[in-house]
Amino acid sequence: MTRNRILFGIGVLAFVSVIVTVRLGGFLVDNEYRQPDRQVAAQEELGEAELVPRQQGIADEQAADEAEARARPYEEAEYRTVPFVGSRVTVWVLAQLHLLFAAFVLAVPLFAFIIEFVGYVKKEERYNKLAYEFTKLLSVSFSMTATFGAFLTFALIILYPKFTNYLMHIFSPTFLPYVLLFFLEALFLYSYYYGWGKFGPRMHLFLGFMLNIVGTAIMFIANAWLTFMMSPGKRDDIDGDGVPDFVSAVSESGALLSLRDAFFNFTWMPINIHRIIANVAFGGSIAAAYAAFRYLQAKSDEERAHFDWMGYVGNFVAIIAFLPLPFAGYYLAAEIYAFSQTLGIQMMGGTFSWLFVLQAALIGNLFLGANYYLWLGMGRMEGGVHFQKFIKWLLIAIALCFAVWATPRYAISSVSEIAAMGGSSHPQLSYLGQMSAKNTAVNILILSTYMSFLLYRRTGRQSIHPHRQLLTRAQAIVFSSAAALVIFYGVYGYFVDSATRIRFAIPQVYSVLAALVVITVIDLPLYRNAAQSGETKWGRIPAVSQYALIFIALSFTWLMGLMGYVRSGLRQEWHVYGVILDTSPDAYTPSLGFATQVVSVTVLIFFGLIGVVFWLSSLSGKKDYAPGAAAEDGGRLEGGQAA
Amino acid sequence: MLGLNLPVVIVLAAVGGVLAWRRANTLTWLLYTWVALWAFFKYGFAVPIPQSVATIYLGITGLALVCFASSSRERLSETAQPIVRLILEPRYRLALAGLLVALPALAAYNVYADLNVPLEAPGFGREVHPPPPTEMTVHDETVDMATAENPYLHYNHDDPELYGEHLENGRRIYYENCFWCHGDGMGGDGMFAHGLNPVPSNFNDVGTLPILQSSFVHWRIAKGAPGLPGAGTPWDSMMPAWEKFLTTEEMWDVNLFIYDFNGYEPRALGQH
Repeated sequence: MTRNRILFGIGVLAFVSVIVTVRLGGFLVDNEYRQPDRQVAAQEELGEAELVPRQQGIADEQAADEAEARARPYEEAEYRTVPFVGSRVTVWVLAQLHLLFAAFVLAVPLFAFIIEFVGYVKKEERYNKLAYEFTKLLSVSFSMTATFGAFLTFALIILYPKFTNYLMHIFSPTFLPYVLLFFLEALFLYSYYYGWGKFGPRMHLFLGFMLNIVGTAIMFIANAWLTFMMSPGKRDDIDGDGVPDFVSAVSESGALLSLRDAFFNFTWMPINIHRIIANVAFGGSIAAAYAAFRYLQAKSDEERAHFDWMGYVGNFVAIIAFLPLPFAGYYLAAEIYAFSQTLGIQMMGGTFSWLFVLQAALIGNLFLGANYYLWLGMGRMEGGVHFQKFIKWLLIAIALCFAVWATPRYAISSVSEIAAMGGSSHPQLSYLGQMSAKNTAVNILILSTYMSFLLYRRTGRQSIHPHRQLLTRAQAIVFSSAAALVIFYGVYGYFVDSATRIRFAIPQVYSVLAALVVITVIDLPLYRNAAQSGETKWGRIPAVSQYALIFIALSFTWLMGLMGYVRSGLRQEWHVYGVILDTSPDAYTPSLGFATQVVSVTVLIFFGLIGVVFWLSSLSGKKDYAPGAAAEDGGRLEGGQAA
Repeated sequence: MLGLNLPVVIVLAAVGGVLAWRRANTLTWLLYTWVALWAFFKYGFAVPIPQSVATIYLGITGLALVCFASSSRERLSETAQPIVRLILEPRYRLALAGLLVALPALAAYNVYADLNVPLEAPGFGREVHPPPPTEMTVHDETVDMATAENPYLHYNHDDPELYGEHLENGRRIYYENCFWCHGDGMGGDGMFAHGLNPVPSNFNDVGTLPILQSSFVHWRIAKGAPGLPGAGTPWDSMMPAWEKFLTTEEMWDVNLFIYDFNGYEPRALGQH
């Protein structure tokens, strides 16, 4: 009874709403602008053919516009604009989305191939299955990459026609090989994916190998285009005085002098190295996020176990690639500085330096997330409690290093804070803002993360090696020596001139890398055939760990967007640094806040699209549609509702 | 000592000691860590650290504590248990009621304290090394900033006598024009320095001259404050544009002198 009253009430309300809307519309129409009555009267007097002065004026204006349009000669447009967002943001977002998908498409075959190879050597089917699971993500992502690539190309041609034409003038001989390689990549990728289980293992591995070779070659060509925009030439000691001279690949007017110098320009190889490593880290994290997504959706323990393992492997790949990434980034930044002090100072001491504080925060989050995931992973094994006591100390080390890395040299301060400090830098904390402290922090972060991994690896396992005590002590000595050396150089760096201090980064890096290698070499025989206190229970990990994987993927993506902006934005008002000026209305450096907003929106769009990729990839695992089953389900549903 | 506010540090350490003695539970330790660090950042330094930096540090601390509390099932339940007991057990009813009042009151006070700050003009940081232009014109001569070097530097090896003459000329120019602000010993502490904000550059600093190419220093001497780039404005520098008072040779000579006086070499092109 009450329900009927409510329905009746809703009906009455709807009726009244319709009446009110119609009346309101009528009122608004009645009160719209109308020509004055005298004008209507005047028109009636003049008759239909003749126009009142206002109408005549409008007609004259239209005629004049038309005449002007006909008389205007054809001109090549230099720039075109996009309403609301502008040309730069359009190209920026499209380029970033293309790059993110391309990075993923290049990275996944790399580790899918390695996993498949491991499976082939170890003769374990589960690796083969895992590699296939990763490869499933490729097909749709490849289409996305191509779509955004085409979109970006059109955007460049339409919005920056003159500049795009210039790049074509410089790099026209590279376009055909690029297209051919792209075609070959499609061939290898689809034969690798659809040929899974259809070819012999060696033939299939060959396809995977070729896919990687072709993909890397494509990236190297594209890298030449973009690095040319930053460093259009090379540095070479042509007069033999020991000081490198600038050898431009183009003349002062921009005409090509040497395609070889334009292609193999100063920052080309540093970018190649940085991108290969970063792509693997990024690809691993996205694949791990896919596994997390499937884990959270999983209905059975078997599914959970599979995707837990997949997430672990994806994250493992990401972190292994991530460890050397700061060194590759440092090398790239040092090369940019060596190429041009203007770019170097702009990057590390100028406006863009603030973005490195954000970078530090993101990288700190990545390290924290990666360690957290490993700690949670200890719960998969019996006997994990033994190592739990170390987590506190590892966490303290990581948080301290994170804080040091995120400490700005010159803090954002209010007037009273500046007055209290006697300047923009704090008398004590400013020491933490210097390169010595940062290099030390990142090296200790890497060592700590590796330590977490070692603890994870040992959880629930007992070495049966006859010299286990000696070898474990040797590992501890190597680890502490590396840490002590890193800290020593970090502190000593404050007592020497900057040229020497910068060189201290090299022994710091080498001691950490050497420690990682030596400890790994010792660890492999030490834990071969180790006694296990219980089996690893894949799938027995708290769900929060899967959100950590998604968080890591998100941080990687954001980081790539942010650092991509820094590299590209450094050129400031130049399309090609020092050669072709950007004369468009967008030739200014946007505020840091605006730049981070664009990066954030791009990351959100990417995750929306990668969600579609995940969903499409997960469809292949679902049961086939069966009409009978659907009807039965429907009947049951209807029956349920009726009841 | 070490720029720390010792009484605050001692009190915080003493509270930590009491917690250790009383074998406090995980939740108490987590709360103590966060509050102690907040108090340390706010009151623990003789010169207070800027709010922006304290916020970064406390954010990291918060994240790390959440990670720690949830890093294993056992630790999570250990942390959560006192909260569950507080909510469920009747003997804590009074404490729970107090907490329910205290938490919103604390949030309200925080809002009040945040809004009740004295109004002040925004502070401007100073970019110590603004990026130079790619090229500049000095006395009708175009200088390529990437490749330009001090033309007299090579005399150091090729013709030490001539090098000495240029150095001597640089010394004369420095002590006629520059030392008023940059100081006798080039420490940025000349007799006018106290009246300038930002203070003049300290050429003794290991982080200044050695990381700059001599073209950068030439740019700063020639163009001074009026030639500073648009990015990072407003600039408050009082450095004159010396190209209006000195010849090109004189500017390179003084450039030579300030490097030589401090025992530094200019950063070479292509040097990392």
